[in-house]
Amino acid sequence: MLTQSGPAKTLAPDGLVNDFSIEVATVNGSGSQTANIVLMRTIFQMGVPVTGKNLFPSNIAGLPTWFQIRASRRGYQARKQGIDFLICMNAETAKDDVAKVGPGTVVVYDEPLKLDALRGDLHFCPVPFQRLVAACCPEPKLQKLVKNMIYVGVAAQMLGLDMDEVQKAIAKQLGGKQKAIELNQGAVLAGYQWAQAEAAPQDRLRIQRDHQTEGQIIIDGNSACALGAMFAGVTVVAWYPITPSSSAVEKLIDYAKEYRRDPATGKSTVAVIQMEDEIASAGVVVGAGWAGARAMTATSGPGISLMSEFLGLAYFAECPGVFLNVTRMGPSTGLPTRTSQGDIEMCARASHGDTLHLCLYPGNMEECFQFTYQAFDLAERFQTPVFVVSDLDLGMQNWAARPFSYPETAHDRGKVLDAEALARIEDWGRYKDSDGDGIPWRTLPGTPGGKGAYFTRGTGHNTYGLYSEKPEDFQYLVDRLKRKFHNARTAVPAPVYSGSGCQRGILAYGSSDPAVVEARDILLEQHGKATDYLRVRALPFADEVAAFIREREVVYLVEQNRDGQMAALVKDFYPELATRLRSVLHYDSTAIPAQTIVDQINACEK
Amino acid sequence: MSAPTAPVPTNQLGLTRQDYVGAKSTLCPGCGHDAITAQLIQAAFEMNLEPHRVAKLSGIGCSSKTPTYFLSQAWGFNSVHGRAAAVCTGAALANKQLVNILVSGDGDSMSIGMGQMVHMIRRNVPVVYIIEDNGVYGLTKGQFSATADLGSALKHGEINEMPPLDPCTLAMELGCGFVARSFSGNPKQLGVILKAALAFRGTALIDVISPCVTFNNHESSTRSYKAAKDHELPLQELGFVPYFDQDEVEIPAGEAREVDLPDGSRLTLRAIRDDFDPTDRFAADRAIHEARDRGEFLTGILHIQTGQKTMHDYMHTLDAPLATLPQSAVKPGPEVLAACMQELM
Repeated sequence: MLTQSGPAKTLAPDGLVNDFSIEVATVNGSGSQTANIVLMRTIFQMGVPVTGKNLFPSNIAGLPTWFQIRASRRGYQARKQGIDFLICMNAETAKDDVAKVGPGTVVVYDEPLKLDALRGDLHFCPVPFQRLVAACCPEPKLQKLVKNMIYVGVAAQMLGLDMDEVQKAIAKQLGGKQKAIELNQGAVLAGYQWAQAEAAPQDRLRIQRDHQTEGQIIIDGNSACALGAMFAGVTVVAWYPITPSSSAVEKLIDYAKEYRRDPATGKSTVAVIQMEDEIASAGVVVGAGWAGARAMTATSGPGISLMSEFLGLAYFAECPGVFLNVTRMGPSTGLPTRTSQGDIEMCARASHGDTLHLCLYPGNMEECFQFTYQAFDLAERFQTPVFVVSDLDLGMQNWAARPFSYPETAHDRGKVLDAEALARIEDWGRYKDSDGDGIPWRTLPGTPGGKGAYFTRGTGHNTYGLYSEKPEDFQYLVDRLKRKFHNARTAVPAPVYSGSGCQRGILAYGSSDPAVVEARDILLEQHGKATDYLRVRALPFADEVAAFIREREVVYLVEQNRDGQMAALVKDFYPELATRLRSVLHYDSTAIPAQTIVDQINACEK
Repeated sequence: MSAPTAPVPTNQLGLTRQDYVGAKSTLCPGCGHDAITAQLIQAAFEMNLEPHRVAKLSGIGCSSKTPTYFLSQAWGFNSVHGRAAAVCTGAALANKQLVNILVSGDGDSMSIGMGQMVHMIRRNVPVVYIIEDNGVYGLTKGQFSATADLGSALKHGEINEMPPLDPCTLAMELGCGFVARSFSGNPKQLGVILKAALAFRGTALIDVISPCVTFNNHESSTRSYKAAKDHELPLQELGFVPYFDQDEVEIPAGEAREVDLPDGSRLTLRAIRDDFDPTDRFAADRAIHEARDRGEFLTGILHIQTGQKTMHDYMHTLDAPLATLPQSAVKPGPEVLAACMQELM
């Protein structure tokens, strides 16, 4: 076993312990993802709060990709601007990568790149990767992959990582493939030993064991949504592959293979079907929901555009269905592998005519899980499409989180009449609001007894589902749908408040949450500005949203799109509050950092 | 005292033909689609379909209105233009025990909805898929559809210069196991085809030439009643022996080919044209094209092939309807979540 030799004996006065960022610049398709996750996981296993973000291209191999790891002893999970430890493995971007970092940054790089000539204010560490990899991996085909583990070893030595934890992380990441584990562990060791003997020690950055992550998991939002759907008892999944949502369904397929088989027959209790496009996927969800299944699809913005016609049908004909939108950067194909909150208005109103959809905005891993679970209850309770609006940052990045708690609530299958109930009812109409809550009772195809059959249509209909062109029938119907939507405001997840009743408010949602949490600390500690924070978690807005704005002089609405889409929705519903809102916007396709919020709020208050 | 009346015939479920009708048609008087509806009602009655187990799906267009006109005790879904196939696929996945009848038109299936029809056939979704084919868009008042024949004219004289798409040869190319063409003016043949389609397992595609009396029934149209009557060439005399009544005599005289259908019924085909073999899809395809070149359209069973896998075979799901599985069957317990969490630590 190696001793914890440490990079330099003492830390510099401005040294950073458990609070800095690492960036690995590589080429995609080079197999660096495993190495980067091992690096991240090691820090996690050492008890230090950590997040990992992969900035990857829309490409299979050969284009630049960056992996950013942020260790934060205060537990901040937002992307941090500024790199403290840079690993340059991509010749194409190396010069730019080095140019953008601040003075004092540690730069590990492939020796032949000769980056040390570029700047005099950095701590350079040239590594002879080719020589090292050739020594520990005789197979030329594997050298490209294994090379990545060498920088893990170098970084581990320079940052003071515990090698036992590195080796454990490798074993975990490679899941039992013994030969691969041994090869990679050997490469890490080679990098570590080389650094110990040859690298100039750095005294600025250090990881020290802590205990903050004990009992936590590392997961991505798409996996969390897949778990939510599985426990929600999803029975029909229709999808069309699209980044960044595909892994949600792929994960669900994996989980279902193991945990959703009928014990007697071994057959699956969920049908997952890959359709010819997103239009057909939405059609399957509508048809399956109509026939009584718990149905869902997962897609991204371009998919929602295509699904819009069916979404209008589902809204108007009142068919339940769950639509997971893992948002990417649009418009058009946009930046398919970069994050955004640019579909807020589209999801709220997808389709022509007056439509309004229930939308849930998870802001962390637990909520990706819970809200997907809850979306099925809401869809069946309100007989309508329900959006889970996630994004690439939540969906595909790696987040540390507390283990999810088991959803104890029974599935709410909504107002469904079976044969027995139908037999007791004299006068049933599919769209009759017999309870006065805007939600009619429905029946499922296949219900025996000779009662309860009805005709579903996207055309105008009366309370019996019969075709009607009468103006009063139509207006009654769309007004009832609006009432039903409004009544959902107490059933959807309530907003989360944090503050002490001051006049400066921040409103945000979804993946902006970690940046807001950090920005509030910076504003208070460095600028003396106290803030209150309300995190919106669903549409329709709970009454607390209007109250929060009304009670404050100014409310900053933080979002990751150009046009302030959530602000537009808030203004639609509460026009009298419009003057109190100020938008804080971030839309360069990267995840929002805290400093953006601090800077924009300060600029507003100059 | 009233005079004794003849008892109303009932089927094996004790239902009368009247139990299979729907609302009154609102299509133009004389529309071919109404004749198809009548045959569907008759076939459902004769085949003892339990109405509550039937799902009626359609898209948008005149043809897509017709599910209201039959089986009012079945659930119906008049969805969006060209997309009933996906809705049907979803319903079938939710509940394998439904009998799916999809009514579409030439515009609905061969233009806006062609992609969905093609993929439905590829998956072999269990459904009787009827295309009520008149060569025009009726509901938007008479534009050409993609099945309009070369040289056929609209009412105001515009001539179609583009070649038509043929849903039957397309379906055969895609491997559809049941492909038939009929004519709304040939109720006897259509009735047998519908019964055989209901006895089939998988996608059964039936293209029914169904003249539009309002927009495509003039002399210069190739889809008028007169043109269809003059150019229809039935391939077979068809007979049907239902699974529940093997003694029923409906077999045409003379030598006949016999096809065993998956539900135990038998379809008999006495060839009118000796050289047509509906089990050989490549030869059938050639015969259909040659007939079209001569200005004729062949009707009857164009292709039949039983025993293919259906979507349900591909999906490996439970036989019980997924839609109504109890929570205990679809919500794993806390120990499963704990195991998933452990794996992520």
